[in-house]
Amino acid sequence: MFEWPLLSLLIWLPIGLAVLVAVLGQAHATLVKPVALIGALVVFGLSVVLYLGFDPTTAAYQFQERMIWIEAFNIYYHLGVDGLALPLILLTTLIGVLVIIGGFGIKDRPHLYLAAFLVLEGLMVGVFAAMDALLFYVFFEAMLVPMFLIIGIWGGPNRIYATVKFFLFTFFGSVFMLIALIWMYLQGGSFQITDLHNLPIALNAQILIFLAFLIAFAVKIPMWPVHTWLPDAHVEAPTGGSVVLAAVMLKIGGYGLVRFSLPITPDAAAALDWLVIGLSLVAITYIGFVALAQSDMKKLIAYSSISHMGFVTLGLFLTFAIARQSGELTGAGLGISGAMVQMVSHGFISAAMFLCVGVLYDRVHSREISSYGGVANTMPWFAVFAVLFFMANSGLPGTSGFVGEFMVIVAAFHANVWFALVAATTLLLGAAYSLWLVKRVFYGEVANHSVAGLKDLETKEWVMLVTLAVFVIGLGVWPFPLVEMMEVSIAELIDHIVESKIQ
Amino acid sequence: MMLLDLQLALPEIFVLTMACVVLLADLFISDARRGLTHLLATLSLIFAAILTARLMMAPGEIAYAFSDTFVRDRFGDILKVFSYLLLAGVFVYAKHYLKNFNLFKGEFYTLSLFALLGIMVMISAASMLTLYLGLELLALSTYALVALNRDSLSGSEAAMKYFILGSLASGLLLYGMSLLYGATGSLELAAISASLNAGAGESLLLTFGLVFVVVAIAFKLGVVPMHMWVPDVYHGAPLATTLFIATVPKIAGLALIIRMLEDGLGNLHADWQLMLVIIAALSLVLGNLAAIAQTNIKRMLAYSTVSHMGFMLMGILAGTAEGYAAAMFYTLAYALMSAGAFAVVILVSVGEKEADQIDDLKGLAKRNPWQAFMMLMLMVSMAGVPVWIGFFAKYQVIMAAISAGFTGLAVLAVVMAVVGAWYYLRVIKVMYFDEPEDSSEIKSPVDFQALLTANGLGVLVLGIFSGGLIALCMSAFT
Repeated sequence: MFEWPLLSLLIWLPIGLAVLVAVLGQAHATLVKPVALIGALVVFGLSVVLYLGFDPTTAAYQFQERMIWIEAFNIYYHLGVDGLALPLILLTTLIGVLVIIGGFGIKDRPHLYLAAFLVLEGLMVGVFAAMDALLFYVFFEAMLVPMFLIIGIWGGPNRIYATVKFFLFTFFGSVFMLIALIWMYLQGGSFQITDLHNLPIALNAQILIFLAFLIAFAVKIPMWPVHTWLPDAHVEAPTGGSVVLAAVMLKIGGYGLVRFSLPITPDAAAALDWLVIGLSLVAITYIGFVALAQSDMKKLIAYSSISHMGFVTLGLFLTFAIARQSGELTGAGLGISGAMVQMVSHGFISAAMFLCVGVLYDRVHSREISSYGGVANTMPWFAVFAVLFFMANSGLPGTSGFVGEFMVIVAAFHANVWFALVAATTLLLGAAYSLWLVKRVFYGEVANHSVAGLKDLETKEWVMLVTLAVFVIGLGVWPFPLVEMMEVSIAELIDHIVESKIQ
Repeated sequence: MMLLDLQLALPEIFVLTMACVVLLADLFISDARRGLTHLLATLSLIFAAILTARLMMAPGEIAYAFSDTFVRDRFGDILKVFSYLLLAGVFVYAKHYLKNFNLFKGEFYTLSLFALLGIMVMISAASMLTLYLGLELLALSTYALVALNRDSLSGSEAAMKYFILGSLASGLLLYGMSLLYGATGSLELAAISASLNAGAGESLLLTFGLVFVVVAIAFKLGVVPMHMWVPDVYHGAPLATTLFIATVPKIAGLALIIRMLEDGLGNLHADWQLMLVIIAALSLVLGNLAAIAQTNIKRMLAYSTVSHMGFMLMGILAGTAEGYAAAMFYTLAYALMSAGAFAVVILVSVGEKEADQIDDLKGLAKRNPWQAFMMLMLMVSMAGVPVWIGFFAKYQVIMAAISAGFTGLAVLAVVMAVVGAWYYLRVIKVMYFDEPEDSSEIKSPVDFQALLTANGLGVLVLGIFSGGLIALCMSAFT
């Protein structure tokens, strides 16, 4: 039976469309938007087909495509998904549709804006689908170029500083990963991720490799103290750029830890889990306080992202502490599951919050909290959505924000009560900065003329916010499909990482 | 036997003949029909490529000629074909510049063809003497090319500097060669290698000779500490000449290294390896840091050359077939990227003065979006971002360095690649994020546009499908 190369389509269709859109933009500007939107919808449709065809009962990689790419170095064009990659691919294609809709309002060279996002979407799917480490690296890096241009061309006043900082930080992090990959290739003769998982490595080398990966992914996540590029990039990026950055790009760091750091260097990860747990706890609490102090809405959300991503890294590395504490593995999966759920959930929530800020910014052209007040009076429907998303961000039960955080905190209790205590402060801090922002922006008297003149949501904004609201609540009430999708793969991962690779 | 010798050297003989023909024919071509000279020179290159390709098809891997002073092998054939192609491209780019600045004379073509002949002789050298002859032919033609614009003060200054320093380097090379001759008793590279294998020669004398040879090589490549001429010459020379110097002679530099260090002194690998490690490390650091400070794009690209040649040496110092192939790949990739980058500088040179400031590229994305996009590709490729060809070049030399046990050097190299990314990004920033001062559209001839498009897309396509070029480079060393 002929099978569609679904993953290749998911990668190359958006990139092909981007070329088409860029070319169309010269002569047929009116066609650009419909073509981009239909294209993004088709890509999303294809990812749904992928989901429907996915068998969650096995940890094996599915929809594999494999052919030789560069023979001299044994590099394969090898794609495949397991339960860890699939949810993130779905997230990517969904966000892809939303940013295309959101990009309809762009005035300056809209065709190139849409094309850049389509290229970005294809490359991000490539990151999640790559089964060859070098292929992963290629997508991981190539992704920087469209994002660099998006922030640099369509960003705010200080965009050049922000975009160059973004590029150089990420580039700096990832080159060490390249060295680690080449070193492992010279040892094992293969770049296949599954081969690397089984490559025996001595502890000293593992620690160096682990640190190399950690630099690469810590910058991307971003973890404290290499997070400083994120607030800048978020603040200056156009709304669509912020959405993609927060919703998908940060997740690539977390995904990298799950796919590379944990299984390739499990002994080093176990030996250095205190480092990552420590940094995560700092991110959760300290960055939470920093978020509280922000006067710029986008900056506040950016810091809140860093704090929430701290839960992801915490959840991933609690596994070792739990295994050490209890000597059994039943609780260990909870941390990783929680981290994965948190990633998907944060993808929806952060995207939604940035879209909310974008809605206000498009009308008032200010991101300062002090420029607003009483928005709920003039934009009641918008306020409904905004309050929902900020509540979800503070971890309200019944929204997706609660599920991941709860799982991670429970896992933290298994490992060490103090971890759980520190992590749980986020429930306070998150609520504090989220709700305080809601109070200052949405409630109270109408603050000034520009707020008094606000019009409620347009159709395209309705579409975007309703879609995200459905997922945020849906995932909060019934997270089972997501957990089921990942369950077997996570169990397999844990079986793998508790086994020593030192020989 | 003599006939066979001549057959092996057919491309060289042909290029020599054609250089003379172009020189003579140009005398009878009026200024208005100078295009004929261009056509004739380009046709010469195409025919030379056919001749070399025919030799490549012929059976037999390595063949020596002229009493073992001349060698024909796969490595040489590949390099020659690339030299022809590059020079043909240089001609197209240069024509636009030369016409604009009233320098469209036959000399550029004649001198370039003679320089090419020098490069070909170097590539095919089997004896130190042949190597030196080729080198001098190349060097003398290049000095003259730098001084092409007689009325330009900076051009004459650059030519003088280049000439004096170049003569010094040639002297050092000759001195080194004579020491090696004294130690091994032969000028032929194969014989030197054989006698080294047999354990002949006094080690002090050999090391002494080796140092001089390495210094001369460093000068030719323009790597630290012999890099001083690079920025001045790149800056002072007319753009067309800078474009030439930045592309084709790099291949000659590679040939010089491979012939001398691998074919001749391969046995002294342990001795020259450490020298190259130091040279490479210094070039990477100095080239990238100095490039950051430049506002002149010619100087910036000159310092970036220094760092790129440092990268290239990382492949050589491994001393393995994979390492040499990586260095070869790096050189070819670099020549391709650098040709395109200088072409864009030529493109924005509209009006009286050469564009040589980075700011001259301001707003290029609005003035000529497509060519700006090509420059974007060239810059990200130079920065070493996948999936462009520059990434695979860096990837291979880094792998070579790690496999030779120099992981520390590899780490330094990638950190410096990040530093380098900064100034390549600045070019993109100027083109895309800044507003143009003069928003008139920039026009260029069709052949120029077509070639620049092929060049820009080439670094992407050759990156995605780099397997073929990698295999080709590998085949030169196995």
